[in-house]
Amino acid sequence: MALTKAELAESLFEELGLNKREAKELVDLFFEEIKDALADGTQVKLSGFGNFDLRDKNERPGRNPKTGEEIPISARRVVTFRPGQKLKTRVEAYAGTREQ
Amino acid sequence: MKKITKSELIEVLSGKLDHLPGKDVELAVKTILENMSNSLADGRRIEIRGFGSFSLHYRPPRMGRNPKTGDPVALSGKYVPHFKPGKDLRERVNEGFQRERETTPKHRTA
Repeated sequence: MALTKAELAESLFEELGLNKREAKELVDLFFEEIKDALADGTQVKLSGFGNFDLRDKNERPGRNPKTGEEIPISARRVVTFRPGQKLKTRVEAYAGTREQ
Repeated sequence: MKKITKSELIEVLSGKLDHLPGKDVELAVKTILENMSNSLADGRRIEIRGFGSFSLHYRPPRMGRNPKTGDPVALSGKYVPHFKPGKDLRERVNEGFQRERETTPKHRTA
């Protein structure tokens, strides 16, 4: 089962003693603020975890995969995540225990 | 590009959650990020509705090179974190971009 907002809120309740309503409010607002920043064109840097960057893409030719018809893919901005060194190292360690 | 750091994010959140001590907000943000890192380190996905999901992608073993000596080195397979933005985040980011393009002609890319 994947980690969700409900479980993150539960851990704030258990580990920090926030009440359940406050814990849920905090988790919701945390992701909402990151979204607001990115929607406003602001890069988000969370040291130890990673950076949410923005990339502007030019219009480019595309195709409807079903019909083969050519349709341009419009210019757009996309979010990319660059994990920080600490997170990368921790995740690689997991791979080590699995693959060897 | 404009940017915001973890400590600035904590300040913004503290301002909006003025019924909570600032120290609690700071600890909460650190706890959230720690829990997210732990989850990925355990190979467990994260799914945040409207925001996006984090998972691990496998990178197969490959031959690399020591950049100093040029000697070949065998690199073992590994996992790397991957983020896929959710629909709401994708749409909001793109709407912001389209608004910018309308108001600042130099941003026109088409």
